[in-house]
Amino acid sequence: MGARLALESSAARLVGRLSRAAGRGGGTTLPGKLVWKLDPGALELLAGRLPQGVVLVSATNGKTTTTAIASSILGSAYRLAWNNSGANLASGVTSTLLAADGAELGLLEVDEFALPEMMRRTRPRAVCLGNLFRDQLDRYGELEHIAERWRDAVAELPPETTLVANADDPLVATLPEGRDRVVLFGVDDPRRARPALQHASDSKYCVRCGHPYRYDAAYVAHLGAYRCEMCGHARPALDVAAREIEPDGLDGVSFVLHAPSGSARVRLAVPGLYNVYNALAAASLALSLGIALDDVAAGIGRFSAAFGRFERFAVPDRSVLLVLIKNPAGANEAIRTLEDGGVPPTLVVALNDRIADGRDVSWIWDVDFEPLLERADRIVVSGERAAELALRFTYAGFPLERLELVAGLEDALDRGLELTPAGGELAVLPTYTAMLELRAIATTRGLTRPYWEDDDA
Amino acid sequence: MILRVGHLYPEYLNIYADRGNIAVLTRRAEARGHELTVEPVTLETALVSGAHDLLYIGGGQDREQAMIAPDLAERAGAIRESVEGGAALLAVCGGYQLLGRGYRGRDGSWLEGVGLFPHETVAGDTRMIGDVLLESTLPEGRGRTIAGFENHAGRTVLDDGAEALGRVVAGYGNDGSSGFEGCRVRRAVGTYLHGPLLPRNPWLADLMLSWAVAHGTGDEPEPLAALGDELETQAHAVAAERARRRGGRPA
Repeated sequence: MGARLALESSAARLVGRLSRAAGRGGGTTLPGKLVWKLDPGALELLAGRLPQGVVLVSATNGKTTTTAIASSILGSAYRLAWNNSGANLASGVTSTLLAADGAELGLLEVDEFALPEMMRRTRPRAVCLGNLFRDQLDRYGELEHIAERWRDAVAELPPETTLVANADDPLVATLPEGRDRVVLFGVDDPRRARPALQHASDSKYCVRCGHPYRYDAAYVAHLGAYRCEMCGHARPALDVAAREIEPDGLDGVSFVLHAPSGSARVRLAVPGLYNVYNALAAASLALSLGIALDDVAAGIGRFSAAFGRFERFAVPDRSVLLVLIKNPAGANEAIRTLEDGGVPPTLVVALNDRIADGRDVSWIWDVDFEPLLERADRIVVSGERAAELALRFTYAGFPLERLELVAGLEDALDRGLELTPAGGELAVLPTYTAMLELRAIATTRGLTRPYWEDDDA
Repeated sequence: MILRVGHLYPEYLNIYADRGNIAVLTRRAEARGHELTVEPVTLETALVSGAHDLLYIGGGQDREQAMIAPDLAERAGAIRESVEGGAALLAVCGGYQLLGRGYRGRDGSWLEGVGLFPHETVAGDTRMIGDVLLESTLPEGRGRTIAGFENHAGRTVLDDGAEALGRVVAGYGNDGSSGFEGCRVRRAVGTYLHGPLLPRNPWLADLMLSWAVAHGTGDEPEPLAALGDELETQAHAVAAERARRRGGRPA
């Protein structure tokens, strides 16, 4: 590292410590922002000093969990520079690389809008592309525009970069076409397919000719085994697949991981088919870096939960299951997983509308909340747009007398716990900023670790 | 009575939670002893003028809108005749644009519309995104406000003398400069506002329903019996406050 960058780096790290000391949250992006200002070329230099290079992970849904599973696998082979705080824009990535003295491999979760720039600037060894769903139209614009930006950036990648991509997502599966180093993953277990495409499914028309796809198996929204009867475009052959998937309530799921080098049954400690996709993405990425299948399976087995994503914490006599919801596809899968594993009788659902949540709250009407509404006894709605949630649920037929509106998140959590019988579990479904606030409350009460605790230990 | 709703292209135009508007119409009709039947009108189905008491058309992504636009243009006659015959119609966002005379793309291309609303839309360079608050300019909505969310690149310019849905209190509106939002022709209302529109603006839902009832009976529209609407009022107040605080400003 050059003298100038070294000086800037130590100044920026100091800012991060000061920011934490001043109690201004995690201080996770401030050092990066500072270096960004001082030297916009720093990212290339910081990425370039990692002896094993950089891998990037992006998707609309699951990028935090995928990266966390990948860190569980790769962490025993390499010292990682990993942005585990979820700071996934250029400034957060820069902060992570700054703080990672002695790291060998960069494992970076990247926001889908920031991905093209990160791909150009870090010359990644591998890029893992999970899925594209409709998300925060007010912020990201339409799905096709994101896909186009990804396509352009993929075309500029050096030929030695490996593309790890979800074959089950029609838009994503076409991105690596024509490249040499490609790993395609997908689910192959028709027993776990959904009977029909959900309301909010996005890429249901052929990416080549526009004819509706026929799904031999639809697993998560539009992810599945698709084919077009008009032009013949179909899901490509899978290099890495999940088969014989066995759910285990809300505690987890196991499946057989099939890879070119063999197969192994793996157990994942978070439930749901969409987490199987996350584990597949992480496994494919690790396999592409040369990690042995047994080590991949062991790494998946060690993973617990990424923060706020089916994260469980204990309170006296009860437990709380924190389930982030942020867009229709992600929320639908969380709900499906709760439905399969058993819906707790009391739910807290919290809707905020800050930038990170999406200012446009109309997406809650595209979420299929109905399976929860049919099974829950009591629902507490909370957050800045609690009244909109209340309307969503009552217009769906949920009785007003079993619904409570408690605006403050802490009060809503306590009310939910009060309604939960001793020994029972409360499910809390918050949007992103509500999740952060609820987690902060849990941390203050000594129930969880703050997420920046191991940031630059 | 049974109110017959025709939902245009629900598989293609559903981007902004359009089913929320349908859910509100259904429940509020039910609360007054009416039954709403919703029939999808899509690429393979026929649209007979006058067969529906209310037509609904939502918005889609560019790709989906381009897929249905030629089919919609072929139904222009049936849609205009239905509205001439007193049917209610609600068009949101993309559907609102497509029911005008047409859409001028950034490359100069012209997409022919239905010609129901007296307006033309031109693609802009930037999107107009944010919370919106309107003061209704409908004679039936005197003193009422409408709160919603807009997200559109098109600038919709009303013809001189055309009737808008409301005056913009906060937000961009039709084109970001005229100070007006939406358009109204007889019992047809078009708007960029989603959120969705009807849950937090229940009076507008009831107005549409009273028009649908009037089409069914052939009588003049009668106001519907009031409902409690506490949650609706609360949601409206929060959305209105958002628009005042952070809605887009006309350029």
